[in-house]
Amino acid sequence: MNTFDATRLVAAREIRVKLRDRTFLISTIVFLVIAAGATILPSLLSGGPSTVAATEAAAGPLREAGLQVRTVPDDAAAEQAVRDGDVDAAVVAGPVVLAMNDAPNDVVNALSTRPPVELLNPDAVDPTLTFLVPFAFAFIFLITSQTFGVQIAQSIIEEKQTRIVEILVAAVPVRALLAGKMLAGTILALGQIALVALVALTGMAFGGNDGLVSLLGPAIGWFIPFFLLGFVLIASMWAAAGALVNRLEDIGGVSMPVQLAVMLPFFAVVFLSDNVGAMRLLSYLPFSAPTAMPLRLFTGDAALWELFVSLALLLVTAIGFLLAGARVYEGSLLRTNGRTSVRTAWRERETLG
Amino acid sequence: MRTVTTVLRLDGVDRSFGDRQVLKNVSFDVVAGRMTGFVGGNGAGKTTTMRIILGVLAADAGQVTWQGTPLSREARGRFGYMPEERGLYPKMSVREQVIYLGRLHGLTAEAARRSTDTLLDRIGLGERGDDLLETLSLGNQQRAQIAAALVHDPEVLVLDEPFSGLDPLAVDTIVAVLRERAAAGAPVLFSSHQLDVVERLCDDLVIIADGAIRAAGSREQLRASYTTPRYELVVETDAGWLRDQPGVSLVDLDGARAVFDLAPGSDEQPVLRAALDRGPVRAFRPVTPSLAEIFREVTQ
Repeated sequence: MNTFDATRLVAAREIRVKLRDRTFLISTIVFLVIAAGATILPSLLSGGPSTVAATEAAAGPLREAGLQVRTVPDDAAAEQAVRDGDVDAAVVAGPVVLAMNDAPNDVVNALSTRPPVELLNPDAVDPTLTFLVPFAFAFIFLITSQTFGVQIAQSIIEEKQTRIVEILVAAVPVRALLAGKMLAGTILALGQIALVALVALTGMAFGGNDGLVSLLGPAIGWFIPFFLLGFVLIASMWAAAGALVNRLEDIGGVSMPVQLAVMLPFFAVVFLSDNVGAMRLLSYLPFSAPTAMPLRLFTGDAALWELFVSLALLLVTAIGFLLAGARVYEGSLLRTNGRTSVRTAWRERETLG
Repeated sequence: MRTVTTVLRLDGVDRSFGDRQVLKNVSFDVVAGRMTGFVGGNGAGKTTTMRIILGVLAADAGQVTWQGTPLSREARGRFGYMPEERGLYPKMSVREQVIYLGRLHGLTAEAARRSTDTLLDRIGLGERGDDLLETLSLGNQQRAQIAAALVHDPEVLVLDEPFSGLDPLAVDTIVAVLRERAAAGAPVLFSSHQLDVVERLCDDLVIIADGAIRAAGSREQLRASYTTPRYELVVETDAGWLRDQPGVSLVDLDGARAVFDLAPGSDEQPVLRAALDRGPVRAFRPVTPSLAEIFREVTQ
């Protein structure tokens, strides 16, 4: 059995088992529902044009603006209709717009003359989106690398705990075991994200946000390679952490550094997303690059060469961590007496033919 | 065609964990077509030896050869191994994981499926094949473990305590399966601390204590070489006169029944004649020592 075939078999088993795991299926469905809800609901909830009460004399321009007008005999009746909640707003003599607590923009606009607007930077992004999009990217990376990283660690511990690892190691190269798990984790993670992205994009198109789709397109396209490498980086750490312990209960102790390596960059990106200098730095640091760099691309202040440099840095780091993780994995896989220290695992690898 | 020289050979194998040497110059043969029992106390080095054979651990010195060639990963892939501490995937069905292990050992999907079905039927798990492993009784999990070791029709079998946790019926089933494999020409090495089971099963025996091989060879050879000649005599009346017989040292005397050892070079026939001179002899036979006795003797 060569390493390649063994890797394929191991990955296939991991995926098959995971696809039958109820927790995994439910969490995927929950993600999809959230993605659909977040993109479709706003347009459903905003509920079309405001209803407005006005006397017949004032109703003309409001109708032209496409508002739902309810004609009332006088201004007092109009005000009462607002107070009763029958309409969103009323237009009374002056003209004055009456509303309960929220100025109805469409009514105001219908009554104002607007100066012509010429946008000098038509691509600039809505400030709400500049907050939401980085948060979404960082969140997806956080949740996914966490979920599937833990899954890799659990699968490694399960094999150690049940000792089936001895049979496996006798049959196939240790590298193939690790590679198969990493491959399965990556495929499942990407698959889940792709599904969520598909639903989200469909939802946006359905909700009439086609413009957003074209704006997000490149950022999402770049997110994929960054995500892939970032995932390998984090998953390597999870694999090493899993190999160091023998029981699922003990994973907490060794997973702290991994958790920090995921959480700190997450909060840094979320909280510093409007600090250009900090974001530039974060977009080159391998642990935060997967979320920070696509975000800078989205806000339009990353040059193309920067993306490649950052990606190259991430690639080198990911390979380094993968090799280090593999070494720790090989060094501790067969140590079944309590917890192995990283140093022991690093030094005392069995040298097998 | 396998020949008698088809042998799994350990040659001068050393292994230490830290500064504790657990295997000292371990050498023995496991011959094709024979069941070799591997016995030793807890911590004697049985499991470490088996792990080294399977390449799960590396030897510090010495080597393991199969058919005269040092073991490679490819060769080990055709071995069947049952580790001491049991475990398969608790949340996978028996059939599925046995197929998976067959495939990891290089079987095609179709061959793995066929072999698994045959094997599960053979060891009495056919009905439970689609159940998750964790829902099976311990004894049935043990059977599944045997299936996992045999699914790829291995050239060599290395089984660490294959009978622990099995009821007598299951032991018989597994023994029959292992004998078949041995008869088909595979060397079978199995460890056990149940000396009576080993005694019943093995053709050859390897005894290890404190990481060193104390005795190795066929069961009969060991019996012959590791015991002083011992006889049991049953007569009509008191057998106390044996005390004064030259070359005889009494081991046990119970009225008309006596067990005695003969000094080296002494013959048992004069003793029998002396007994017949005194009256009828109801029984006179050599006492073959049990494996437990040999074991106690060589490991002391």
